[in-house]
Amino acid sequence: MSHQTPTDRGVPPGGSPVTALTGAVAPHEAPVPRTAPGRLPSETVGRRREILYFALHGRKVLVSVAILLVLLVIAVVGPILRPGDPNAFVGPLGAPPSADYWFGTTTFGQDVFAQFASGLTATFLVGLTGGGLAALIGMTVGFVAGYRGGVLDEILNMITNVVLVIPTLALLLVVTAYLSARGLFVEAIFIGLTSWPWAARAIRAQTFSLKTREFVDLARMSGASSLRVIFREIAPNMSSYLFLTFILLFGGSILIAASLDFIGLGPTDGTSLGLMMYNAVAWSALQLGMWWWFIPPGLGITAIVGALYVMNVGLDEIFNPRLREA
Amino acid sequence: MTLQVTDLRVYYRTLAGDVRALDGVTFDLADGEIMGLAGESGCGKSTLGNSLVRIDGRMKYVAGTVRLDGLELPIADMDRMDEFRFKDISIIPQYAMSALNPTRKIGRMVADLLESRGVRFGEMRTELERRLLLVGLTEAVLDRYPIELSGGMKQRMVMVLSTLLNPSLLIADEITSALDVTSQRAVAETLVEFRARGFVKGMIVITHDVSILYQVADTLTIMYAGKLAEKAPTSVIMQKALHPYTDLLISSLPEVGVRFDERRLSGIPGTPPSLLNPPPGCRFRDRCPLAFEKCAEEPPFVEVAPDHSVACWKVA
Amino acid sequence: MLQLDGVSKVYRVGAFGGTGLTAVRDVSFTVRAGEVVSLIGESGSGKSTIGKMILRLIGVTSGSITFDGTDIARLDGDSLRAYYRSVQGVFQDPFSSYNPVFKVDHIFDLLRGTYFRDAGDADWRRKVEESLESVMLDPAQILHKYPHQLSGGQLQRLLVARALLLDTRFLVADEIISMLDASTRIDVLNLLGDLKGRGLGILFITHDLSLGNYISEKTVILSRGRIVEMGATGRVYGNPLHPYTRALMGSVPQLHRKWSEVEADLAAKGANVAGRCIYHAQHGTDGGPVAPDGVATGLVEAEADHFVGCFRPYLEGAC
Repeated sequence: MSHQTPTDRGVPPGGSPVTALTGAVAPHEAPVPRTAPGRLPSETVGRRREILYFALHGRKVLVSVAILLVLLVIAVVGPILRPGDPNAFVGPLGAPPSADYWFGTTTFGQDVFAQFASGLTATFLVGLTGGGLAALIGMTVGFVAGYRGGVLDEILNMITNVVLVIPTLALLLVVTAYLSARGLFVEAIFIGLTSWPWAARAIRAQTFSLKTREFVDLARMSGASSLRVIFREIAPNMSSYLFLTFILLFGGSILIAASLDFIGLGPTDGTSLGLMMYNAVAWSALQLGMWWWFIPPGLGITAIVGALYVMNVGLDEIFNPRLREA
Repeated sequence: MTLQVTDLRVYYRTLAGDVRALDGVTFDLADGEIMGLAGESGCGKSTLGNSLVRIDGRMKYVAGTVRLDGLELPIADMDRMDEFRFKDISIIPQYAMSALNPTRKIGRMVADLLESRGVRFGEMRTELERRLLLVGLTEAVLDRYPIELSGGMKQRMVMVLSTLLNPSLLIADEITSALDVTSQRAVAETLVEFRARGFVKGMIVITHDVSILYQVADTLTIMYAGKLAEKAPTSVIMQKALHPYTDLLISSLPEVGVRFDERRLSGIPGTPPSLLNPPPGCRFRDRCPLAFEKCAEEPPFVEVAPDHSVACWKVA
Repeated sequence: MLQLDGVSKVYRVGAFGGTGLTAVRDVSFTVRAGEVVSLIGESGSGKSTIGKMILRLIGVTSGSITFDGTDIARLDGDSLRAYYRSVQGVFQDPFSSYNPVFKVDHIFDLLRGTYFRDAGDADWRRKVEESLESVMLDPAQILHKYPHQLSGGQLQRLLVARALLLDTRFLVADEIISMLDASTRIDVLNLLGDLKGRGLGILFITHDLSLGNYISEKTVILSRGRIVEMGATGRVYGNPLHPYTRALMGSVPQLHRKWSEVEADLAAKGANVAGRCIYHAQHGTDGGPVAPDGVATGLVEAEADHFVGCFRPYLEGAC
C-alpha cells in the first residue's frame, strides 16, 4: 500500500472527539487534548494527498465514481464497437436483447446499444456544457455580488431575479421551436444561460456570510487582492458546496435536456438518452412490452444523476476536516 | 440545607471513550445561600449545573446523589425529573435569552410553558406582572416579540419566568456574560433581590467572571478539570484562598487600579489536562508551583476550617 | 503616529441605501508610538467600526485618518500593501480569524505571498519560528495544526506573531482577550504591554474598564458613536466627569470593592460637577459642532489632558 504518508490521521486513541465535545460544551476555548502525531511540513502536497487518501477510502465516492466511469467507458467504447450511424437501420425489427444486439433493436431495427452509447456521450456533453456554463455564470455573479456588495450587488441581484422569474421551460419551448436546425450545443447553451440564477443566489448568500468572517479581513490585511480573497479564502470554505452546485446544475441540465428531448424539442439530429425515450414512447414501446428500448436510457439518466448526488455527499465528508475527524 | 450533592459523577459519551466532565463532586448549599461557581471553560461547571436538572442523551450518569430539601432527586431519570424541574429546581441555561422563539410573543410563550407544567396562566398572571414590575419591566412586554427586547430585558424576563413557581433552587448559567456592563449589574442585582424576597431559597450562579460573583455570591466554589478545588465564603476566597489554583486565578485578574507599568500580573502557564483519560492524582499538579510527590495521589476535598473546603495536599 | 480627525461613519440601510445609520460621529484622537490607547465602549458604541476604519477594511464617510501624515483613504495597490506592512490588527474571535479549511500556517503563507516572495524556505521557516518564540509559543506544538486543535489563547498569540513578522508599528487589538480564559488572558494582555515597550502604538478596543486601565496610557470612552470623555488613563479613571463614564465605572464589577462602595465613592468625587454639563458651561449656548440629532459632538478640556463632551442625553437639562 502506498499511503504511508504523514497524513494518516484516522482518529488516534485519545483523539478528536474530545475536541468535538469540549467544542460543544464551551465553543470558544477547546483545550488541546493531546499533541497530534507529528506531520511533515510539506503543506500543500500534504493536504492534496490527504484529500486523495480519504477520497480513495470513502465508499460513497468510490461507488459513485465507479458508476460514472463505467458509463463513460460505454460512451467512449460503444461507438468503436458499433461504428457508423447509431440511427441506421441495421438489424431485425423490434428484437429483444441478444448476442448480436446487446440491448435489442427498435421497431425500425436500429441498434439500441449503439444509440445508448452515443446518447450517453450527448448526455454527458449537455450536462458538462449546460451545467458548466450555468455554474460559471452563477459563481461569477454570486461571488461578485456577495463580496463586493453595494450598488453592484443590487444590479446583479435584479438581473438574477429577472432571469429567475422567466418561465424557463416556456422560453426554451419558444426558442427551440423557432430554430429549425437545432444542435446539441445550442440546447446546452440555452439551458446554461437560464438555469444559473438559483446558484447565483445561493453562492451570493454564502459569500455574504463568509465575507464577514474575520479571516477575510486578515487576508485583506495581508495584502491579498479581491480575486485572491474570493478564490483562496472564501471559495475553499464552500468547495463542497460549489461542487454540489455544479453537480445539481450538471444533473439539472441533463434532466432539462431529457425533458426537452422527450417532448420532441431536442436536437434535430443525433441521439440522446432523452430522444431515445421520446422515440420509445412515441412508438408505443411501453404498450408493446419493448422494455429494452426505454429502460437503458431511463436507467442511464438515473444512474448519472444519482451517482453525482452520492458523490457529493461523500466528498462533503472529505472536504470538511471536522466531519472527517468526528 | 437546600441542596446536598454527594460524589456526583457525570461523564460525556464520545467515540473515544468517556470524558469525565464531572468527576466526584461533593458540596452543600445552605438555605438562602447564593453560591458562585467559577472556573475556566471546559472545567465542568456548566455540566454540574445541567446535571442537577437535566441529564440528556450525550451525558451519562455514573454515580452520586443529589438531595433537594432532604428529598433525593432522580437525576438519572429524565422523565421522573419532570415533576421537579421548574417547580422545585429551575435552570437558566447558557444562551437562554437567545433561544427564545422569535416568532412567538413573550406572553404566549409564558402561557405555553406554564400550561405544559399544569399551571393555569390566568392564575399566575397577577403574580407575573408584579414580578415583572419588580425587575423594571411592564406587562407590555408580554405583547412583544423577543427581538423587540434588549439583551438585559430578555435576561430579566427569563429570570422572572424561571422563578415564577418559587423553586427551591435556581441555577443561573452565564446569565451575565453576553450583556453590557450596565445590564450586567441590573441582572446580577436582580438575583440578590429574588433571594431577599424569597422567590428562591438557594442559587448556584455559574460564570467565568469572578468579579461578578464577588458582588453577589455568599460563597465561592472554584472548579478545576472536573473536580472542586475550593469552596469558601466569598471574602475568604478573595483574601486568603488556600488552593494554589484559586490563588493564581484570582491574582491573574486585572482590577481597576492595577497598572501594567507598576505591577505586572501573570497568568497560569500550561493547559488543563484532557478529561478523556485524566492523569491520576491532583489534576492541577502539572501547572502547580507547589506540587510535590504526594500530589501523585488524589487529594480529598476536605473541610479545613468552618465552611471552607479545599482539595490540596499542601493545605490539608 | 496615527490621527483621527472628525471621523464619521454612516451605514446605508434599506433598499438602495434609503436611510442612514450613524455608527461613528465626529471622532478625533491620536495615538503616539509606544503608547496604548484604550477605546472603551459597550456594544453598538462604534468602537469596532473605528478599528476597522483604521485598518482600511471599511471606508470613512467623512473626516480623515492619517498615519505618519498620510491620509489612508488615498492608499491603494502598492501603497496600501505598504500600509499593511506597518499597521495590523487582531480581532475578538480567534476561531473566526482562521480559515477553518487550512492549517494555522496559512496566515503566515498569506504574508509570504505578498511581502516575502524572495525569502527562501529555510529563511522563512526561521523567521516564522522566531516570531512565534517572541510571543512565547513553541513552534513544534503550534505549526501544522488546524485551528480547532489549538486553544483560543494560542490562536490569539499566533495572530500577534503574524503581525510581528511584518514591520508592524501600529496594532489594532479589537477585544482580543474577551473570549479567553482568565488564566491565559493576562498573558496576552502582557504581550501587548511588551509590544508597547518595543515602541508600537496600540489601539486597544475593549468593553472592560479594568483591562483598559491595566494596559493603557490614554483612555477614550465612546458612547453611541461619539467620544464622551477622553484623556490620560489616570485622570479619566481617577476623576470621571461624564455621567456615562460614571455609570460605566459604577456598574463594572470589581474584585475587592462592592458596587455600593464604588457608587458612594463616585458620588463623593462627582459632587463638584453634579447636574452641570461641563461642555456647555465652558462653551456657552453656542455649543460648537452638532450632530444631526442635536447632540454636540465636540470636547472641552476640563483639566489638563482630560477632555469631556456634552452630557446629553445622559443628563437631561444639564445644558
